[in-house]
Amino acid sequence: MIDPARPYGLDPQVALRREPFGALAYHYGNRRLTFLRSPDLVRVVQDLGRHDSVDEALAGSGVAPARWPAFRAALDSLAESEVIRAR
Amino acid sequence: MPGSPSRLTDDLKHGLDAPICLTWELTYGCNLACVHCLSSSGRRDPDELRTDELLRVVDELHDLQVFYVNIGGGEPTIRPDFYDVVDYAVSRGVGVKFSTNGSTITPEKAQRLAATDYLDVQISIDGALAATNDAVRGDGSYATARRAMDHLAEAGFGPFKISVVVTRHNVAELDAFEALAAHYGAQLRLTRLRPSGRGADTWAELHPTAGQQVELYRWLVDRPGVLTGDSFFHLSALGEPLPGLNLCGAGRVVCLIDPVGDVYACPFVLHPEFRAGSVRDPGGFAHVWRGSELFRSLREPTSAGACASCGAYDACQGGCMASKFFTGLPLDGPDPECVRGFGEAALAAVAAGSAPVPGPVHSSPVRLVRKPAG
Repeated sequence: MIDPARPYGLDPQVALRREPFGALAYHYGNRRLTFLRSPDLVRVVQDLGRHDSVDEALAGSGVAPARWPAFRAALDSLAESEVIRAR
Repeated sequence: MPGSPSRLTDDLKHGLDAPICLTWELTYGCNLACVHCLSSSGRRDPDELRTDELLRVVDELHDLQVFYVNIGGGEPTIRPDFYDVVDYAVSRGVGVKFSTNGSTITPEKAQRLAATDYLDVQISIDGALAATNDAVRGDGSYATARRAMDHLAEAGFGPFKISVVVTRHNVAELDAFEALAAHYGAQLRLTRLRPSGRGADTWAELHPTAGQQVELYRWLVDRPGVLTGDSFFHLSALGEPLPGLNLCGAGRVVCLIDPVGDVYACPFVLHPEFRAGSVRDPGGFAHVWRGSELFRSLREPTSAGACASCGAYDACQGGCMASKFFTGLPLDGPDPECVRGFGEAALAAVAAGSAPVPGPVHSSPVRLVRKPAG
């Protein structure tokens, strides 16, 4: 599980490619392709590295607090796929 | 996941800014003449892309953020500039997976491959037994492939891939393929036989029977770790969907660049009807991918046609476009290997000789002269 109070960032082996539905994330190490199916989520993922915690990144990206649990869950699965990782 | 409640496959049907899975065939030359070769390869075409043109394509793929390419042929490693192209692609962040029959993978080449990052190697065999393999791929080809696997293992390459086209004659060897992959610490990859290239002439006798398709489906459901290139999505009509994208990706998420630079909707439709343009055209590959009329039409919503009343359509999406096309079936009807049996009935209605002939043929046709059995 990710700790929303800690800082995270894009895994250095991951490349993001914007697409109409959101973005594709490709991990050059494990060769896995992950679909980010929301432009809001893509913005949060790109901003993670600039914030001191996940929650700060959510606030900074203007995501309404009611949607935070869904975003934390999405980030959780992105951490599991090694798209993002703790800094 | 935050975002729209639509399914991923619905998003992908509208196409992507660049392909996810791009097959790039570097040459029509091959030292084998497999009876099911999807590109009817044999001799090199004199008009194949020059080295500088290949490198320019790599630059374009880099700019489009194509993360990796699947290089094939023909036998790609017979091109003298093969390793230059691979090294250049990897240096530009375009990962490479290449398919080979193994004939050029010497111990030295295996060492070189093992030392390269972002590189996957796929060795093709079509039988776990030499006799099964060689009947399709030619005498001695099994031993050649096994030697290449030995060299990769000795060089410490890591988990290379063993790639198998499933046929009527090797379904019985699925467990043996799995054991062979385990022996090498390799990954097994199974893909579907298509009636493309020389396969148009051999598909009828080589494609798995209806009973074998059920057997294959169950085998795959039990083994989600076996790679399939998402090529068996027509089997998803048998029950729970197989892992992967259950849709035809032609022109939407996949495409093919052939050795002379022509761009086709997928690797299995080498036919003028599915040629979208050329990387040699002004605007290059990006212009073809984004602007071609053909690709735009493939990204339009498709009609289920004759399959509309079938409850399995959501699962199988009507199957494989290439398989329908080269067996003479309408594209908005059942797949020739439809697991509900509608394909067989449709095939029976195709007039003899009316199916499209694969081509243009870039190599002179090569036929295996098979020794009589016994």
